[in-house]
Amino acid sequence: MSSKKIFGGSAIVLDRADINTDEIIPAKYLTEVTKEALTPYILEDLKLDGFDAKGEKLKNASVVVTRTNFGCGSSREHAPWVFEVNGVHTVIAESYARIFRQNMFNCGMLAIELPKGDIDQIVALDADGVINIDIDVDAQKITATANGKTLDFSFEVSPFDKALVAAGGWVEFADARY
Amino acid sequence: MGKTIAEKIFAAHLRDEPFEGTRVLSLDRVLCHEITTPVAIADLVWREKDRVFDRNKIKAVIDHVTPSKDSKTALQAKILRDWARRHEIPDFFDIGHNGVCHAIFPEKGYIRPGFTVIMGDSHTCTHGAFGAFAAGVGTTDLEVGILKGVCAFREPATIRININGSLSQGVVAKDVILHVIGQLGVNGATDRILEFRGPVVDAMSMEARMTLCNMAIEAGGTCGVCMPDMTTVDYLWPFIEEEFGTKEAALADYSKWVSDADASYDRVLDFDVTTLAPQVTFDFKPDCVKPVADMAGTRIDQVYIGTCTNGRIEDLREAAAVLKGKKVADSVRGIVSPATPKIFNVALKEGIIEIFMDAGFCVTNPTCGACLGMSNGVLAEGEACASTSNRNFNGRMGKGGMVHLMSPATAAACAITGVITDARTL
Repeated sequence: MSSKKIFGGSAIVLDRADINTDEIIPAKYLTEVTKEALTPYILEDLKLDGFDAKGEKLKNASVVVTRTNFGCGSSREHAPWVFEVNGVHTVIAESYARIFRQNMFNCGMLAIELPKGDIDQIVALDADGVINIDIDVDAQKITATANGKTLDFSFEVSPFDKALVAAGGWVEFADARY
Repeated sequence: MGKTIAEKIFAAHLRDEPFEGTRVLSLDRVLCHEITTPVAIADLVWREKDRVFDRNKIKAVIDHVTPSKDSKTALQAKILRDWARRHEIPDFFDIGHNGVCHAIFPEKGYIRPGFTVIMGDSHTCTHGAFGAFAAGVGTTDLEVGILKGVCAFREPATIRININGSLSQGVVAKDVILHVIGQLGVNGATDRILEFRGPVVDAMSMEARMTLCNMAIEAGGTCGVCMPDMTTVDYLWPFIEEEFGTKEAALADYSKWVSDADASYDRVLDFDVTTLAPQVTFDFKPDCVKPVADMAGTRIDQVYIGTCTNGRIEDLREAAAVLKGKKVADSVRGIVSPATPKIFNVALKEGIIEIFMDAGFCVTNPTCGACLGMSNGVLAEGEACASTSNRNFNGRMGKGGMVHLMSPATAAACAITGVITDARTL
């Protein structure tokens, strides 16, 4: 059920480590059997000062920028799905929990890793206004802009992860190959 | 250079290496439950690929919310049930026969040394206790597993955890793994396999080893793993007697999976648990761990004994030993969920259920229910639960609730006093 993904756009900064999948989508919503039904519940239980799960910033976001071990805890793919149905197809973090990271690429979405220094710079940019992020997957380049200020970063995605994004996800890749 | 158990299992199951560092493995088991499987089933139907790679290698259970609590959970159960019938999956467990996935599948003898196992559930790492490579995956990986019998992983790197010394009375596997996670941190083992070794692990039952491996994911680990030995053979014997004839033959065969003495590890960590005291979590991360004594007196509203971490017979015995002849404090609601019907039955015959009921516990059917705040014991805002489960995330057991993770004996002690209590002081 995957559709063409758009990478980049306006970003929301979640400046905290160890954001878990229970915070991204609480278990009580796992009784839904379609991805679309998850839409209103994105990040409902996130514990982060100043964050508003119903706010405009999250509503307008297509990119999440965050810290270490993002997506830890439950294996629920509902976490990438709730991002997907809310138009967030890219996460940029210092590091990920394995299952969440794999789930993102399996859905044909991007889970990009940047070093702490780069994330620090993007987080600092947040004070300047709305951050816009441009992503060139082939060239592995990110440009972050806010209020006239521009920062450039490069990232690496493994050939396998790149192939998953190009194929539209793991089902498409595996079905063609196995 | 020798190989670790994970490297041996990967080598034996390597189906494809589409890119350097990516290992596509063939799967011996694809395990399914009603929360993460229905969307995979729906997607396969939508793609007109509603097939299964091998109905004998797929095992399914309804466990997270059972009996169904509302129309939505009834639909999830129905999707899984209809699918299992449609594909004539012989090992499907529904009401009356169902139990917590990571307890019932090992109990049925489905997990063997050297196996590759996936499930759409992060605590699939539990099954590594049998010397298997078992990993939690998302629904897409599960879907491909169901359809093609394969799953992709990075090259396995292993952290060897040596548990040395000996455990003192009243200190158990749960205390050990909480302590290890406290030291490793919640991402200390990301993309790593945790290999549990040493004399303390050698002396552990399969139940205790499952408790250890169950929480590998709480340090970010892909899988926890123990070496197959005579304890493994004894546990599996009813299922493997025909195959091997003698236990010695089974052990000889399984020994081929044991990590070589000269295997290379990402890290080797030594823990001496001789002076370890019972452990408990505080705050909202499983690596926030302290000795129970340091938290003594903290108010508890509910006690929950069960789950894939500590709902096995040994766990119920430990809790019952503390509870015998005692009463649950007036301020506390006690809930116990034996993890499978077999465990329930044994507990009944051993008088354990009677001890729980005499103490004032509510005994529920086998289910995951309260652990993730889906049913059977959700917390109200501001309440605290002493729980034998594996996660204390914010909102995990109900919005605004606090979960303190601990061993069954500690949880039983908390039930009696209404505050966090070291069972050894009762």
